[in-house]
Amino acid sequence: MYNKKVIEHFSKPKFFGKIENPDIIGKAGNPRCGDLLTIYLKIDKKTSKIKDIKFETLGCAAAIAASDMICQLSIGKTLEQAVKITFKDVSDELGVLPPLKIHCAQLVTEALRDAINNYHPA
Amino acid sequence: MKNSKVYLDYAATTPLDGDVLKKMMPYLKDKYGNPSSIYKIGREASEAIDNARSEVAKFLGCKETEIIFTGSASESDNLAIRGLIKNLRRAKRAGEKTHIITTQIEHKAVLETCKDLEKEGIEITFLPVGSDGIINLDDLEAEIIPETDLVSIMYANNETGVIQPIKEIGRLIKKINKNKEHQVYFHTDAVQAANWLDCNVEELGVDLLTLSAHKIYGPKGVGMLYLKENIPLLPLITGGDQEWKTRAGTENVAGIVGMGEAIKQIKSPANSAGRRQSKIKIIEKLRDKLVAEVLIRVEGSRLNGPEDPKDKLPNIANFSFRGVEGEAIILSLDQEGIAASTGSACTSQALIPSHVLIAMGLSDSEAHSSLRVSLGKHTTLQEINYFIKILTDTIERLRKISGR
Repeated sequence: MYNKKVIEHFSKPKFFGKIENPDIIGKAGNPRCGDLLTIYLKIDKKTSKIKDIKFETLGCAAAIAASDMICQLSIGKTLEQAVKITFKDVSDELGVLPPLKIHCAQLVTEALRDAINNYHPA
Repeated sequence: MKNSKVYLDYAATTPLDGDVLKKMMPYLKDKYGNPSSIYKIGREASEAIDNARSEVAKFLGCKETEIIFTGSASESDNLAIRGLIKNLRRAKRAGEKTHIITTQIEHKAVLETCKDLEKEGIEITFLPVGSDGIINLDDLEAEIIPETDLVSIMYANNETGVIQPIKEIGRLIKKINKNKEHQVYFHTDAVQAANWLDCNVEELGVDLLTLSAHKIYGPKGVGMLYLKENIPLLPLITGGDQEWKTRAGTENVAGIVGMGEAIKQIKSPANSAGRRQSKIKIIEKLRDKLVAEVLIRVEGSRLNGPEDPKDKLPNIANFSFRGVEGEAIILSLDQEGIAASTGSACTSQALIPSHVLIAMGLSDSEAHSSLRVSLGKHTTLQEINYFIKILTDTIERLRKISGR
């Protein structure tokens, strides 16, 4: 069902957890489908690059792996670059997600975009 | 223990028993005759089926002529419901109503069959259950109308192990039938019950009953329908005269032989009533230990289903864990060599959580976080201890990831 890469990111995610005093937070998901996720970001104010990023995900293996992947893809990028990450980028980077799990990749990009939309630097 | 398999999904399927396989082998190799052929190897195959049929009849306390072998329990459920309705409808006057009563917690083989018939204009009542997963007899009685043709209620639930009061329902239907112009027939899917509960059809008061071979240490691909004599039922698979002209197709001889042997072993001399009960007690004790330890060690865990042991099978436990999702639990356990199940939507094609848990009043998130553990005759104390340890670690790890 899942390839090795998905299982790897599910079993040993690198970016899970919470950032204390994050600059921005993004959320996505609903209890009906079972996936709920929050993404925390620290932004370098001068360069508007993502300095640090973490996730908390209540969800299936694909949702956890996709959360980890979007953090990996976006860390070090500027917000302008990060907002362009698509669910296909996440899915491709994980190898192949089963068709029923593509919505997990959509969910994590939604959360990241939600966060970026919430960014209003002083 | 990591590389060894700890199988805790006996409600999904059971391993084929070694003695059952031995009995099947000749019919997969040398005794390959078609049971409909009248020469020697044909007769041998036909006799083997007769013997299996006789074992099943003994187990159910019925006649051999009341046993129909099928390709699966799902087929048996379909044959029971569709076969009966097909026949009754032919006898009805134009515009006359057809009514089936079933429950919200049936196996999909019954539930989806009823939903399909509903689209064809047949009226279906889906009885609710309480938070304990049990139907209310008064609800059932109130739903029976003059046009009611069939009541189909499962004996024991596959997700929770909850037992329905089949004997009481049987008695109720008998009572109602006394004053009813046309009869209400009573079908039960007894697939999960067979290993544990009395399946005597007279005692239960059922007219139709479904069994599966692979849930009782027999082979996959064989099911059985008990059909009380003189109950009008039309075949769904038409063709030859096999299975009393009710299910055409050359018989799965080895499979049927396997089912006969598997049934025989449930009540074999080595499994006398006393010994059988004590074996069941051992499994129940292991299940109870598992439940007690999980509830103590894993904070934010709950047991789904009734408290009273007489209301549930001795081998199933269904939990919900706050802040985790079922598929993630299953895959984490799998990585440590443990096989179990979940009612989470994430393992289903429909992305809808377990209809059984939802019917019992669980929230979507409680159903998504559910875990079903089902024990069987090979389960050991060592396996249970290993499971408890791995589960505790798994829930802790996943909660760190979910932050809940």
